[in-house]
Amino acid sequence: MTGAVRRSRWGLALMVLPPVLWLVLLQVVPLALILVYSFSRRTAYGGIEYTFTLANYTRFLQPIYLKVLSDSLAVALITTLIVLVVAYPFAWHLARQPAERRGRLLLLVVIPFWTNSLILTYAWKVILRADGPVNQILTALGLAPGPVQLLYTKPAAILGLVYVLLPYMILPLYLSIEKLDPSTVRAAYDLGAGPVQAFRRVIFPLTLPGVVAGALLVFIPTLELFYISDLLGGAQMVLVGNLIQREFLEARNWPFGAAASIIVTGVTLLLVWVYVRWFSPGGVEELI
Amino acid sequence: MKTGGLRRPAALPVVSLLAAALLLAACGSGGAGGGSAGGGERVLNVFNWSEYLPDSVLAAFEAEFGVRVNYDVYSSNEELMAKLQAGGQGLYDVAVPSDFTAATMIELGLVEPLDFDRLPNVTQYLVDDLRDPVYDPGGRYTVPYMWGTTGLAYNTAQVGKEITDWADIFDPAFEDRILLLDDMPEVMAIGLWMNGLDPSSTDPADIEAARRTLEELMPLVKAFDSDTQSDYLLSGEVWIAQAYSGEAALAIMEDPDITYVLPAGGCSYWVDVMVIPAGAPNPDLAHEFINFLYRPEIAAQIAEEYPYATPNGEALSLLSEEVLGNPAAYPPEDQLARCVFLTDPGEASELYAEAFTELKLRATE
Repeated sequence: MTGAVRRSRWGLALMVLPPVLWLVLLQVVPLALILVYSFSRRTAYGGIEYTFTLANYTRFLQPIYLKVLSDSLAVALITTLIVLVVAYPFAWHLARQPAERRGRLLLLVVIPFWTNSLILTYAWKVILRADGPVNQILTALGLAPGPVQLLYTKPAAILGLVYVLLPYMILPLYLSIEKLDPSTVRAAYDLGAGPVQAFRRVIFPLTLPGVVAGALLVFIPTLELFYISDLLGGAQMVLVGNLIQREFLEARNWPFGAAASIIVTGVTLLLVWVYVRWFSPGGVEELI
Repeated sequence: MKTGGLRRPAALPVVSLLAAALLLAACGSGGAGGGSAGGGERVLNVFNWSEYLPDSVLAAFEAEFGVRVNYDVYSSNEELMAKLQAGGQGLYDVAVPSDFTAATMIELGLVEPLDFDRLPNVTQYLVDDLRDPVYDPGGRYTVPYMWGTTGLAYNTAQVGKEITDWADIFDPAFEDRILLLDDMPEVMAIGLWMNGLDPSSTDPADIEAARRTLEELMPLVKAFDSDTQSDYLLSGEVWIAQAYSGEAALAIMEDPDITYVLPAGGCSYWVDVMVIPAGAPNPDLAHEFINFLYRPEIAAQIAEEYPYATPNGEALSLLSEEVLGNPAAYPPEDQLARCVFLTDPGEASELYAEAFTELKLRATE
């Protein structure tokens, strides 16, 4: 009896071991390293001196870095809102299609994932250039006297972010909308609600978990996708992802870069906590 | 020397390296670095910039010496340093850092001294100017691979006036038409030169003065980029670009309206050098490779393919008119005389990073 239990315990341990190892080696260890670095000091040649200091964190409180953080949060918020407005009607339409057609449409949503987002971003660079197709069409139609400066602007960077992150919003929204019982909508209409009221008071609240899950999946990566703002925004925007990249590579100040990473991780965790606390009674699992 | 403080960082990354090693071992093969993997075949591991060495040269070396070349690329000095510092020692036989990065690597003991008895071509053909460089006094650790400058490339048709100095680009007519390098020391150097200061100054007051000067330039700046300045110029996106000479040379080959100038107020000069990283698996072969690249016909072949200047005096006479006549690749002597090496800002790189971030925030406003 005890032997059997013990054996199954070993079996369980063996089964659990690979994921635990994976988590510890690839998640816990790097995060712990970053945490240790963030309290260390930079040496003259970009090495790390392991002393305990809060200087990296207090340095982040300077107006210039707070501005970087607030700019990043603003860009993330704008991106998320645009993605939501674009994705919601799409997901709605998708969920209302016959099953086989839905499969095909979902495939179309997923196809861009097969291509590296860096390459997709370069494609946008070609599309938006001064001598690119958009400008050629605008000029040919007489809508613009000469090439319009589309590339290397903040809207171009946001466009790139919206494009790359759109599927992350569509998928959770689609799941939420699909789960929505059509009879609740019919009930709303029967009780005299117009389309706007039905959407505002029934449909939207019932699909809110999908909205929030999608918003998180879009908002958080926006803080980190430094190369999109570099390539499409002309590297003029300093988002927190750009800052971290520069501190690690160019300024070779790993401790400060690590502190900035920890602060971003903190902001992210806070957002996830808000989500779990207010929008997801089922806990974190519902996110996935 | 602060060896103690500098050596310690190795301790922690070892843990993650161990993890990576475990993973690699599980996958069966160790990848690069295995000096004698294929039944005693000699392997040379080269770590170089992307787009910097023609495949034909590698093939010729492989054929003549009966070896295999393992060729890895990087796109910035930082990437190279990061890889070598984070446990990449023992992976590469030859690497090609830029001057000040090489100086840091020498300081940190990341490179081995070279044996010039085994580099007769270098001794014979290297131009005199580069035999005792500031980044490697005495030239014991490094051999120049190619050199170039950083200056201003501009489209004469669009700009409509001659540009000879940095001050000339501070013109409201160029709003949103200027490209700066996404390279902190090079950008800050503009501000320092304009104030008549040392372009590699580490004095906070100097850096602040440079930042104030550059602040006025920010409304004119369209973008920052250190990879493809030629592309910005050729697409008409910008009219004026602070550019590396190689990129400027490419743009000039495509469009004769584009020209390149080394500004009167100051310009920088850089050399990418070949080094043998400490713990190189195959230093003998590395020496043979460096010596091979210094054969005049090989050096000329490289310089014909990539528009940077060759430090091989003998190869110069083998180059075509077209290459030698490119003002970006081989600038006039009098302009070249204005150029200096930028040194690593060291501890001040934080001040540079902060000023650079502030400037960029200003550029987006």
